[in-house]
Amino acid sequence: MNRRSRILVPAVVLIALVAVAGCKKKQPPPPPPAATAPAATAPTAEITATPSSISAGDQVVLSWKTTDAADVSIEGLGAVPTTGVKTVTPSVSTTYHLVARGEGGTADATARVVVSAPPAVAVPTNTMSAEEEFKANVQDIFFDYDAYDIRSDAEGTLSHDASYLASHPNIKVVIGGYCDERGSSEYNLALGQNRADAAKNALVNAGVAASRIRVISYGKEKPFCTESTESCWQQNRRAGFSMDQ
Amino acid sequence: MKFHSRLLPPTLLVLASLLSVPSMAQDWVRTGSNLGNERIRIAVADFKPASVDPQTPALKAVFDATLYSDLGNAGIFDLVSKSFAPQATPGSPQEINLAQWSADPVNAAMVAFGSLSTANGRLAVYGWLFDTRNTANPQVLGKQYNEAATQDMARTVAHRFADEIIYRLGGGINGIAETKIYFISSRTGSKEIWAMDYDGENQHPVTHLGSISLSPRVSPDNSRIAFASLGREGWSIRMYSLELGRMVGFPGGSAGGANQSPAWTADGNRIAFSSSRSGDPEIWIADANGSNPHRITFFKGPDVSPTWNPKTNAQLAWVSGRTGLPQIYIMDQDGSNVHRMTDGGYAVSPSWSPNGQFLTFSWNRKYGPGAPGGQDIYVMDIATMRWLQLTHDAGSNDFPSWAPDGRHIVFERQIGKGTEIWSMLADGTEQHQLTHSGNNTMPNWSWK
Repeated sequence: MNRRSRILVPAVVLIALVAVAGCKKKQPPPPPPAATAPAATAPTAEITATPSSISAGDQVVLSWKTTDAADVSIEGLGAVPTTGVKTVTPSVSTTYHLVARGEGGTADATARVVVSAPPAVAVPTNTMSAEEEFKANVQDIFFDYDAYDIRSDAEGTLSHDASYLASHPNIKVVIGGYCDERGSSEYNLALGQNRADAAKNALVNAGVAASRIRVISYGKEKPFCTESTESCWQQNRRAGFSMDQ
Repeated sequence: MKFHSRLLPPTLLVLASLLSVPSMAQDWVRTGSNLGNERIRIAVADFKPASVDPQTPALKAVFDATLYSDLGNAGIFDLVSKSFAPQATPGSPQEINLAQWSADPVNAAMVAFGSLSTANGRLAVYGWLFDTRNTANPQVLGKQYNEAATQDMARTVAHRFADEIIYRLGGGINGIAETKIYFISSRTGSKEIWAMDYDGENQHPVTHLGSISLSPRVSPDNSRIAFASLGREGWSIRMYSLELGRMVGFPGGSAGGANQSPAWTADGNRIAFSSSRSGDPEIWIADANGSNPHRITFFKGPDVSPTWNPKTNAQLAWVSGRTGLPQIYIMDQDGSNVHRMTDGGYAVSPSWSPNGQFLTFSWNRKYGPGAPGGQDIYVMDIATMRWLQLTHDAGSNDFPSWAPDGRHIVFERQIGKGTEIWSMLADGTEQHQLTHSGNNTMPNWSWK
């Protein structure tokens, strides 16, 4: 439902804007210049882009106004009404150049839109799978050597994990318990079980139903990282979350 | 003075005992592990080919090499180098000249000899064991074998004859030449149970489950293998029938979470294992058919890797993390009388010796960041808690398992990224690598 409405809202806005622009077109042309005017007045042109700084994918509203012009265009967009509003979605920084030509001469104006790269946490798009969204929101936690108590630096992660799961009640979770390569396979299976169970208990205490959680210890059987270094071992001392299919 | 202080380094211990009791011929581990200091000097003649069948030379070569290797591996003999053997090959009691074998340079107290023939796809072997110094009545043993003429059977017959000799000369303890070692190998891509002969020959897969299987433990009657296997709901204790060649049920071994590290009683009636079904990994005991599982430990922290006292079937040793790093403990089968056996470090994977006197286990005593020392195999005398280090400065060693003769231990040794299976005598000598391809772990020596 959420994803659908996120797509729907901009679409409605866009249609509305196009409709507004379309209405403008149907307005009667401005009254002809007074017959008494002995000489043509020089045209004027004004254009604004709002906002003038966006992230890629965001929309910009261009609005422009001209006087005494018969032929108005915006470079790249072609001929436009003498006065109007248009929504654009530039992917790179763009300068919109408005040119107004009339009997009295030519006037122009520019509006620049600066486009920055998309933010690190991508706005959900149609291409992000449920799995990817889960991975982005439910993050693994890590443990000290030979320990299975929840570290203080994991508490924030767990509460974020729990709130995502609370807002997605249909998702089921598998928690894998992992250990570094040192020590015995059997002892590490037990230790991995305790790590996964500790993560499960934390989620249950935060309100996630225990029936949504499956727990498997992988001990040292499925390492994330295979080098014999402390940084690699730390990667392997974890409770890892994934969607239960 | 017979026993050494556990606080002194082993080298000092040996020195101290030599200095203080120079006449004492035995040390405590050798005594208890059936490895006496007085080794019988034995010679093995190449067997005499008694047929001209084209199969004979190849099978005789396998037989001779296997018999010689088995007697060398036994740990109780001073085996005469074959280069000292007399020129003549005796094929029967009438053909042997005992004086040649008792004199220098052979100087053997015992000599094994015989003949081997093949005909019509059958292998016939006659073998004798003679006491070279009892010229009046030298025969200690005379055996004959008739089997299919295959390389496997030539090896098997040599194992049987070796075991007869070892039983006769080794204090009535059965030899291990016919025993098997079960282990985990990933050489087909998934961790499956494999089997091999005690000397590393005849390696072959047993299971084809395509999952991850761990901790194989063969039943005392060689009919079943209990092990742990990963499934959708975690780890289950599962059972493979060697007689039926397929999986059989073990209902008490599946309960979600981690159910692993099974251990048979010596009577084959019960299995202890670790289960997290109560919310924490604890030691449980079930009947051998998987019924009646019940819990016997009640401490927070991992409890895994039980092993029964095979003499009593009423005591267990196991690994507990209740105080932090894993330590070896022993208890009665109802969970009472808990004693901690190791005083620190990282101690795992106990195996209880067949005579009930010792534990062997893997221990890293100098545990901690930057601490020297490694994960090595130890033997501990349970009554005194005195221990002996068996491996030194060679990889990371784990998962020791006693052979049924109490003289041998099989274990896994990791060097770099590769883990292979090794065997050794229970005093740490005569270490032999048994596997050479893929990763091979968690060996378990059969009971007979």
